[in-house]
Amino acid sequence: MSINLENIAASFNERMDQHKYRIMICGGTGCIANGSMEVYEKFQEVIAAKGMSVSVQLDKHESDVVMSCSGCQGFCQRGPLVTIYPEGIFYTKVKASDVEEIVEETLVKGNIVERLLVVDAETQEHIKHVHEVPFYTRQNRIVLENCGHIDARDIEDYIAKGGYVQAKRAVLEMTDEEICQKVLDSGLKGRGGAGFPTGLKWTFARKAVSEKKYIICNGDEGDPGAFMDRSLMEGNPHAVLEGMIIAAMGIGASEGHVYVRTEYPLAVERIKLAADEARRMGFLGDNIFGSGKHFDIFIMEGAGAFVCGEETALMSSIEGKRGMPNPKPPFPANKGLFGYSTTINNVETLASVPIVLAEGSTYGQLGTENARGTKTFALTGNVVNTGLIEVPFGATLRQIIDDIGGGVVDDDGTVKPSNFKAVQIGGPSGGCLTPEHIDLPLDYAGVQKVGAIIGSGGLVVMNHQTCMVQIARFFMQFTQNESCGKCVVCREGTKQMLDLLDDIIEGRADENTIPLLEELAYAVQDGALCGLGKTAPNPVISTLRYFRDEYEDHVFNKHCAAGRCKALANYVINPERCKKCSLCMRTCPNGAISGSREEGYRIDPAKCIKCGACQAACKFGAIEVK
Amino acid sequence: MSDNFAKVDAIVKKYDRNPSKLIGILQEAQEVFGYLPEEEMTYLANQLGISPARIFGVATFYAHFTLSPKGKYLIRICDGTACHVKKSSDIIAALFKELGLNEKKLTSDDGLFTIELVACLGACGLAPVMVINEKVHGQMTPDQALALVREIKASEGGN
Repeated sequence: MSINLENIAASFNERMDQHKYRIMICGGTGCIANGSMEVYEKFQEVIAAKGMSVSVQLDKHESDVVMSCSGCQGFCQRGPLVTIYPEGIFYTKVKASDVEEIVEETLVKGNIVERLLVVDAETQEHIKHVHEVPFYTRQNRIVLENCGHIDARDIEDYIAKGGYVQAKRAVLEMTDEEICQKVLDSGLKGRGGAGFPTGLKWTFARKAVSEKKYIICNGDEGDPGAFMDRSLMEGNPHAVLEGMIIAAMGIGASEGHVYVRTEYPLAVERIKLAADEARRMGFLGDNIFGSGKHFDIFIMEGAGAFVCGEETALMSSIEGKRGMPNPKPPFPANKGLFGYSTTINNVETLASVPIVLAEGSTYGQLGTENARGTKTFALTGNVVNTGLIEVPFGATLRQIIDDIGGGVVDDDGTVKPSNFKAVQIGGPSGGCLTPEHIDLPLDYAGVQKVGAIIGSGGLVVMNHQTCMVQIARFFMQFTQNESCGKCVVCREGTKQMLDLLDDIIEGRADENTIPLLEELAYAVQDGALCGLGKTAPNPVISTLRYFRDEYEDHVFNKHCAAGRCKALANYVINPERCKKCSLCMRTCPNGAISGSREEGYRIDPAKCIKCGACQAACKFGAIEVK
Repeated sequence: MSDNFAKVDAIVKKYDRNPSKLIGILQEAQEVFGYLPEEEMTYLANQLGISPARIFGVATFYAHFTLSPKGKYLIRICDGTACHVKKSSDIIAALFKELGLNEKKLTSDDGLFTIELVACLGACGLAPVMVINEKVHGQMTPDQALALVREIKASEGGN
């Protein structure tokens, strides 16, 4: 029996048209943390109290108002987000206490609650509709398009947006060769970090001789500061599954696994639900789309190991072993999970597959010559609009940080465009971009040339109060913690590098420290077994490349310009601000502060243990770090 | 004890006695027992036909598993890049001090609190982030974090 997707879409749309209003509430991790579920419940309560009928989208009842719960809409800084359709009125930072007013003014009277609208930073005008908000209009949301516009729990919503059409075509109409060729022609490259052409990867697996073949979706998004894959799995899980079905047809796989981080409980829940729904509809399991073919997907939760993002380690983990990498070759395409041919793709890559496969897709026309299409980035750190964004390859930091991100925030709260010290890109395997790269088109080759990688897409903006040695130490601590310990170079090398960085930060470094650190960095890069080990020194190499002065200032002058290295800090009392209250003297645990109410107070640098207690105690901000 | 073995049996059965599903089995066991108790794990190894060493090898490899009981309130503080840049270390220091804990000792003496430092919770837009028993608290300050902990202490003390 063939499945008629058009009928499902038409009946879904017809049902949605019966509702006078559709209220879409963001149910991403960020908005839920800010209380969006309370808002969701409050709406139902208040609407019912006003005498209108209200239903929840999943219940599929007739009513005046229908409540939908989307995945992450990306504008996390302004959450919880509420959009009221058909008009698309966009309210931000909505609390349960605002709901009464929204229902009365907007739903009953048709007015706008102005104080909840986004204000344009340039024109100071209130922006009424979601499709006019600069944060969104300045992006190119294609892969993320449905994230935030559909109820992720409702498979029919996804079908109504054209979902599963490509999967059906791939299953019923296309040959494996056609699928691989189409993906190859689109220029799609792996979005997980390495940027390997997806179509080529699939072709290797397609040609591999193996009794059984697997497709794995790598949702072990371990890079700290990245949440693109989480948002996709939460907001549009069916796109990921559709991508997997297409991949399975392309390579001839009969079984798929989605490996999700255990730190993402909501993503686990949504993708499990999505797989159950797809199975119920006959898109997974036996006889998919009435084709007689078998393909099913299993969801597995990780258990908290960064190294499992590496594909051979990930497969060990699925097999129930310690997640340690194995040397390649053999490549997974030839000998992977349980010894069979296996293809591993990243979440975002798989979610892009239905888009590139669509007839007349213009996706491949976006981007640059060596990187076609768009890329999602997690924009975080010292920037006004933190959140999830999508731009074509070739976009610049100026566009991302200033136009979309709204500028850089200093520690004292002032916002200035482009005023960043560095942008960390690509997580612990990546590097730094500096203000000199502000107009560099971001694509795989361009970023690699300046010593960083696009990586999975974490962009952490850092202001001038950030110490770059501390940042390098932060990543080294991370990779050292997460080193699986299999190869000596990574296990011991990262440990020694971390110790050297501690020497620099704590004032014990001498003229040999930096050369030794560099030597070790290149040794680890050359000698480590897996990709994670090989790239672990990158943050150190990259910060040394662009901020060598700062390292040398720490080593030779025992000075941290950012004032973040406590052991190098020199606490002094500013006599102009000091009110001579003596609180600092009484707080100091080491008796380093002396003086009197008449003369004022002094800190004896020889006795000071640099604990910062006096600074925390002073009510007048008179204690400064020099 | 036999009661606990029966619980292990139920889990093993659910996963078809398949050692390649060990991670899922351990996750479920930890949910049941709160941690991975030694005796039950040895019994599990027997049931799966693998060595206890393999179970402990896996259990100690992954950060999610714990071999000792955790506090009633699990506080996970994110120290990912975005949270770090937004000074999560100040929150960690404040809570360590409040609860008398340090990087080696992560569960408080009264068994109420366990602090876990995690690399990234993926809620970077809300950095710095702290999670107490599944509830996510975003854009935290050391003072807000202390207030939450003191609130829990007060509610527990009242019982």
